[in-house]
Amino acid sequence: MSDWPLSNALPRSTRSEPIETSLKLRVDGEHHELTVDTRTTILDALRDRLGNTAAKKGCDHGQCGACTVLLDGRRALTCLALAVAHDGATIVTAAGLAERDELHPMQQAFLDHDGLQCGYCTPGQICSAVAMLEEFAAGHPSAVTGGDGPMELTREEIRERLSGNLCRCGAYDGIVAAVRQVTGL
Amino acid sequence: MIPFDYHRALDTRSAVETVAAHPHATFLAGGTNLVDHMKLGLASPDLLVDVSRLPLDRVEILQDGRVRIGATMRNSDAAAHPLIRARYPALSCALLAGASAQIRNVATVGGNLLQRTRCGYFQDLTTPCNKRSPGAGCAAIGGYTRDHAILGTSPHCIATHPSDMAVALAAFDADVVVLGGHGERRVALTHLYRLPGTSPHRDTVLEHGELITGVELPAIPVARHSTYRKVRDRASYAFALVSVAAALAIEDGLITDARVALGGVAHRPWRAYTVEAELRGHPTSEKTYRRAAGAELSEALVHTGNAFKVPLVTNTLVAVLRELAWRQSGPPPAS
Repeated sequence: MSDWPLSNALPRSTRSEPIETSLKLRVDGEHHELTVDTRTTILDALRDRLGNTAAKKGCDHGQCGACTVLLDGRRALTCLALAVAHDGATIVTAAGLAERDELHPMQQAFLDHDGLQCGYCTPGQICSAVAMLEEFAAGHPSAVTGGDGPMELTREEIRERLSGNLCRCGAYDGIVAAVRQVTGL
Repeated sequence: MIPFDYHRALDTRSAVETVAAHPHATFLAGGTNLVDHMKLGLASPDLLVDVSRLPLDRVEILQDGRVRIGATMRNSDAAAHPLIRARYPALSCALLAGASAQIRNVATVGGNLLQRTRCGYFQDLTTPCNKRSPGAGCAAIGGYTRDHAILGTSPHCIATHPSDMAVALAAFDADVVVLGGHGERRVALTHLYRLPGTSPHRDTVLEHGELITGVELPAIPVARHSTYRKVRDRASYAFALVSVAAALAIEDGLITDARVALGGVAHRPWRAYTVEAELRGHPTSEKTYRRAAGAELSEALVHTGNAFKVPLVTNTLVAVLRELAWRQSGPPPAS
């Protein structure tokens, strides 16, 4: 096509040697020091380097929520987070929510209400739900409450606030019931 | 993904200098779009300059009453900020309509502005795309166009800009504060984004190495009476088919001021100046709203798959304006 200036060709790098970096992570209460390729996501560092397989790799593109953990106290997707950018971070996975042999109330509620079928999305769902209740308690609005509305944790509100966690088995009704149990509804 | 070096920026100036000195370097903030693009092969930086820890994560009131939102503020924090909720409710609503809670917790205001189109052909390396490979052609034209633009398109690209936040910012005449090698400059948000024309690979007017450090909103009272409505294929966690950010001021049943911007319809957030001109001085009525929408959309260029956006924008705009009018004046008496 003649009207494309030649200078518009997209810059493209051709670097080929891997670059490694050292970093520290605190995962489920344990300190770790590791050396990783800069391309490593937190998800891959957790699963492949630290042997913590609580966070799951679903889509690996930020669309499903299966890799959700609490990252420095907030729920976040580990598949889109480069480990190198989170040196010094504190991470809590679903495996770190339980106190010794006692399940976290959210974990127990998922069991009580069949909030799962195959279970693959469950660790992400549970981390997300735990953080969601903290956000709600802190007064964070949602698209349902809008910028300025009454704050009541209705079923619609729970569904909106957990919309970043997909469940292909369709256990959503059980998940909503589990969250309501934890909140005393 | 090709290997890359990583550098954590200590201040904005050195961040700009570092990226400017490396032709294949790019800024990293939340990474929610960039890391995905690196995985897909859409972006291949050899150096990431991480600006996410720079102290730009605040909302401030400036001396002249404008509100400044720092570029590294997380989308969730901006949406929840009391000042944003009170003065620019449509902006809070727009932020909350975007992505998921997990992504909003990480994604920054600056990164939100610079996210790239979700055109399926752009993201698919096996199809021709002028935005990805200038001169290759556009697979969307004549293809699946449900998500594509109807205003300001070119024969080379019909992609839409995906940000919800930017639509609200466009309605409120926000400025983007940019730091480059020659110092700081302000770019009106409505001028930040380019229309595709013959060079759709360039989303914005920013040069390589320029860093967004913040967004400034003017003190406009009408913004307090604003909202954002997003229409999409599922109830949550999806990009807009169309969206409307609007603010309305009404006195004695007449519209005295209006701000309207549309999302999901163009290569940039579409400030609907024609709608605004058609609303000012006219009574709050469905007839007024429909006429205004019709005037704005008179030059829409549709494809088979996105022709529905003309009535969808019209109906969404009417619904939003009606809601804003009712909030201020109450619904009309039942007939």
